Amino acid sequence: MTSRGLTLYAVLYLAFIYAPILLLPVFSLNDNLFVTFPLKGLTTDWYAQMAENAPLGKALRSSLLIVGPVAIISTGLGLMAALALGRSPIRFKAAILGLLMVPLVVPTLVLGVSLLTLLRGVLGVQLSLATVAAGHVLLCLPYSVVILLARLDGFDRSLEEASLDLGQSAFATFRRITLPLMMPAIVASLLLCSVVSFDEFLLAFFLSGSDATLPLYIWGSLRFPAKLPSTLALGTCLLVFSICVVVLAEWVRRRGAPGSAAATGL
Amino acid sequence: MQRAISLWHRSPALRGWALIAPTLIILIVMLVVPLCMLVAQSFWTQTGLVIDRTPGLQNYALLLAPEGAIYRTLLVKSLWISFVAAMVVLLFAFPVAYFIAFHVKRSRLTWILLVTVPFWISYLLRIFSWKIVLGFGGALNSGLMSLGLINAPIEALMYNQAAVVLTLAHSWSAFAVLPIYVSLQKIEPQVLEAAFDLGDSALQRLRRVILPLAMPGLLAAFLLVFVPTMGDYITPSLVGGTDGVMVGNAIATLFGKQNDAPLGAALAVATMGAVALVVAAILVAARASGLWRRRV
Repeated sequence: MTSRGLTLYAVLYLAFIYAPILLLPVFSLNDNLFVTFPLKGLTTDWYAQMAENAPLGKALRSSLLIVGPVAIISTGLGLMAALALGRSPIRFKAAILGLLMVPLVVPTLVLGVSLLTLLRGVLGVQLSLATVAAGHVLLCLPYSVVILLARLDGFDRSLEEASLDLGQSAFATFRRITLPLMMPAIVASLLLCSVVSFDEFLLAFFLSGSDATLPLYIWGSLRFPAKLPSTLALGTCLLVFSICVVVLAEWVRRRGAPGSAAATGL
Repeated sequence: MQRAISLWHRSPALRGWALIAPTLIILIVMLVVPLCMLVAQSFWTQTGLVIDRTPGLQNYALLLAPEGAIYRTLLVKSLWISFVAAMVVLLFAFPVAYFIAFHVKRSRLTWILLVTVPFWISYLLRIFSWKIVLGFGGALNSGLMSLGLINAPIEALMYNQAAVVLTLAHSWSAFAVLPIYVSLQKIEPQVLEAAFDLGDSALQRLRRVILPLAMPGLLAAFLLVFVPTMGDYITPSLVGGTDGVMVGNAIATLFGKQNDAPLGAALAVATMGAVALVVAAILVAARASGLWRRRV
């Protein structure tokens, strides 16, 4: 295919990918209860309706409550795991890395029902936001490890060796050399884990108790046509949030990693 | 105690195991054990709310019996839907990966970012957006009507298998561009020049040089879409209707409303088994055809 044809295709592909998603903000500002063309007129009523919605506010608070702990725990564990896999002479590294990636490949539904079986059927744990958070940590770990491991492989190891040779302890070397160099990846991991947890629906669907998270609230309101426009408004807010955070995470990660090393990451 | 501390300082391997231990414990407790529990549970029976933990093969027997025909149909249909969706994704994604790898020079990172950002957008919202596009009174129907291209809404847009395939292909294509791009990027320019110098046409070069070298990436992309979509629940629930129902819906219902978790577990295990068989068959076929030699 010619270069021009390919460029055209790539642009069309992006249009195909983005067009359906961009309908959310378009219709969230449309002065019509139904999602139909032609557009009637500009309104912010649906956003006002959304802001006054008490159950939605509660769901937002539930989501925000777990996002922080999920991001911090996943990134903390991911950092330890990445250091072990990237810097220490342990065996079975490939097997451990493979096991870490399993949550990405196994259908979330299967993860959800098996965690539900363990928690409710065997351990008798009461389902709550804590169980949702635990599930989210499991989903976030692969991303965190991949991002952190890529950064660890990306910088010059001789910096750490020099520090050790100059008599610094392993911990001091970590704190004064490795940690600062890892910082962009750590921030990126925190941000991306937040997005994963904030947007995740299916595990929360199985593992939540009486408290709904934001995606669960959206799922519940999809059944009511009258709620559709304010759901669109809420969806638009989530969309803007996700895109901003992901772009920010990429920017932080690339600023820290000059050259092409970042190109092959997620 | 003194000896333990000095061992800690002298043994990097010990420190490594200590660093990875919390993650390993989480993976074992929250992934390995639950999946084993799922398998164990598939041998139990549930009547009402009472679970009988005497192991037996009755759930699997039911799946193979005439009464289980509905589950077998769902399983085969889901395999087919996921397979087609994964092939469509490859078809959509390959030219984009090719374009970024060979034709984009300076703005590669921007293109990759543009292609991957949708992946991070809430899966629920991505699927929901197709409900808006394809609905009876939705964007596409009303748009075509207001343009005067059709007189009445087309009902066939949503609540069928085609809608599920399209929606899945849209949602998962971000997953496919990257592995294909990575394998294309590894191809050395000299190899392509050699094919050109030896008289291959562009098409021959694609078929005989580029596609075989990109095969690890294509296979990885196929599996990254095929395996997770097999258990999808959201897409068939929102745009599938009765025609587009998949095995995930049945599993969720068995664990929920139908209150037969052991049968649901058996169905989930059967689904994973079927996926594993198909994946193995594809890998064997790829190896036999000589298209795939390296590990994916």
